[in-house]
Amino acid sequence: MPAVQETVAQVKKIDVDQYKYGFETDIEMVKAPKGLNEDIVRFISEKKAEPAWMLEWRLDAYRRWRAMTEPTWAKINYPKIDFEDLYYYAAPKNSEGPKSLADVDPELLKMYERLGVPLQEQEILAGVKSDKPRVAVDAVFDSVSVVTTFKDELAKAGVIFCSISEALREHPELVRKYLGSVVPQSDNYYAALNSAVFSDGSFVYVPEGVRCPMELSTYFRINERETGQFERTLIIAEKGAYVSYLEGCTAPMRDENQLHAAVVELIALDDAEIKYSTVQNWYPGDKNGKGGIYNFVTKRGDCRGRNSKISWTQVETGSAITWKYPSCILRGDNSRGEFYSIAVSNGYQQVDSGTKMIHLGKNTSSRIISKGIAAGFSQNTYRGLVSAHRKATGARNFTACDSLLIGDKCGAHTVPYIEAKNSSAHFEHEATTSKISDDMLFYCQQRGLSEEEAVALVVNGFVRDVLQQLPMEFLAETQKLIGISLEGSVG
Amino acid sequence: MLEIKNLHVKLADEDKVILKGLTLSVPKGEVHAIMGPNGSGKSTLAYVLAGREGYEVTDGDILWNGESIIEMEPDERAAKGVFLAFQYPMEIPGVAGLTFLRTATNAVRKKRELPEMTTPEFMKFVKEKAAKLNIDFEMLKRPVNVGFSGGEKKRSEILQMAMLEPTLCVLDETDSGLDIDALKVVSDGVNALRGPDRAMLVITHYQRLLNHIVPDKVHVLADGRIQKTGGKELALELEKSGYAEFTGKAA
Repeated sequence: MPAVQETVAQVKKIDVDQYKYGFETDIEMVKAPKGLNEDIVRFISEKKAEPAWMLEWRLDAYRRWRAMTEPTWAKINYPKIDFEDLYYYAAPKNSEGPKSLADVDPELLKMYERLGVPLQEQEILAGVKSDKPRVAVDAVFDSVSVVTTFKDELAKAGVIFCSISEALREHPELVRKYLGSVVPQSDNYYAALNSAVFSDGSFVYVPEGVRCPMELSTYFRINERETGQFERTLIIAEKGAYVSYLEGCTAPMRDENQLHAAVVELIALDDAEIKYSTVQNWYPGDKNGKGGIYNFVTKRGDCRGRNSKISWTQVETGSAITWKYPSCILRGDNSRGEFYSIAVSNGYQQVDSGTKMIHLGKNTSSRIISKGIAAGFSQNTYRGLVSAHRKATGARNFTACDSLLIGDKCGAHTVPYIEAKNSSAHFEHEATTSKISDDMLFYCQQRGLSEEEAVALVVNGFVRDVLQQLPMEFLAETQKLIGISLEGSVG
Repeated sequence: MLEIKNLHVKLADEDKVILKGLTLSVPKGEVHAIMGPNGSGKSTLAYVLAGREGYEVTDGDILWNGESIIEMEPDERAAKGVFLAFQYPMEIPGVAGLTFLRTATNAVRKKRELPEMTTPEFMKFVKEKAAKLNIDFEMLKRPVNVGFSGGEKKRSEILQMAMLEPTLCVLDETDSGLDIDALKVVSDGVNALRGPDRAMLVITHYQRLLNHIVPDKVHVLADGRIQKTGGKELALELEKSGYAEFTGKAA
């Protein structure tokens, strides 16, 4: 596996416990005043020139949020977040209004280049095929989308791919119809907060019968200090449509903790399929557990139509705290939900992640494959719910949760909830916990691999069945990322 | 030349002393067998040569080509040409045999300052070596050692040995778990690797293996020391008389 060699080469390039994406970009920003009240919500809505109904929707969410309390059921510990001490809106000064690549601040382009995010649209000449994969990217910097590539080409296929702010201006009827229809404003504390103050995110609409011609991706970057990022993503696949979407995330290294509370809603109508992949690499904090992103995210897909399918794949390597349960509501008959997860925790990271598969329609099926890897002093929890409604005849689920421990100071936990209200449901659950043994490492080292190469090899083997679910374009990068995240976990 | 000088080894976590002044030399081009009863320290010797953690060298030294290796990490020793064929090879779930072989081959080549093999070069190399050992190429697409039979595991070890081109081969009870046919295939593989630049140390309980891999010398290891050294006929004597003479107990 050349990726293992590359992992190690990459690890050597950087100092121990150095987060590769930890740099800051110096850009003039426009910010809302600190703290949260109705005026801030109005400020955000006004900045984005939103329709009146949207402002009302936000204010409604804000009032509900005020009445709610922070959930405490997850296996995570952190000091209380002071929501009045945060900025809720930060945008690069010159990035308001319509944008094309030519208008983007060169500093920003430079930053994305450093992050390895392709914002250049490679031209395809007649008869000459580029060997680079073509991926359309929406780049979100703090609170706003700075550019979306390949828009024209996607438009030819009828696919709408733009920032959610733009969608609110250009396609308000679509946004109004679907926004909050999967994750209601008051769904949970963080979803309510997001609904009130979300600033940007991606919007995808794939019309009936269209197979989206390329991978879509959004790259989220937090740059400003003391700023929360609240993005909102909405993806709609009409009857018989197909789309594959990937999000990536990074942030600078900071001593303080930063808040990220996103909401993602997916809607798949009859015979449609949505494949949603995440490679989350927010700054995890330093080796003593100082700093890092608090990642409180609500992701949910609604298999609204018959024979629809939603597949979540996530690779979670970053964040000080991850609280995230990408779920599927299997409403349409014969619909299918999938959840493939790799969660790597090192240092003092805390991960509480999993999924919910809600079987409502007839003959629905779901599959959950979760691989948790805990190293250092980290805690890694899988929390999942599989439920079959009274009328969901023939529901089927298969779940496999595997945990791998590296060292003896970390913890792996599995908390599965299974509720079958229908006697025809067929649910299977498997779980294993294993340790990378000294014998296994010695075996690999005897064959010439260094200790780090050996860990990378064993871990990549452990997560192989999930990695196979990722789009090819991101596979090698992800393998490297996993190796880097576990750097310093042995010895 | 492998020179083990007055080697004293204890378990790192306990007071238990296992090797008590072991001295042994294996020149390049020779194959030496180590025989001995259970608990005499045979496997410890193999592990200490390869650098496994958990053992402490309290006295003595191990020189390979005149250089002391006892402070080296296992992978550094591998780069210097040390190879251990394991008695119980480890399973590595999810890692295909080919991936493992390629990673190992290139890791070792890099440390030996040789260019890494390209995919076509590697495939040609592995196909050639696998054919010689009667290894079905399909086996290499399966995860390393997972669900392998005893014979498959040992053949896979010998294939790794052939691929990594070591100069010091230590075979730890390679005959255990093998039927007669597998024993023959594995022995042929080992014999094919015999050569003027390679030293081999074959550790075994039984004389049987030495019918196939004929040693230049046989050493009897008991109570942490080499008790007797002889030619290949010593193995036959041991088969008849047992190890009682060296342990002070009836076999």
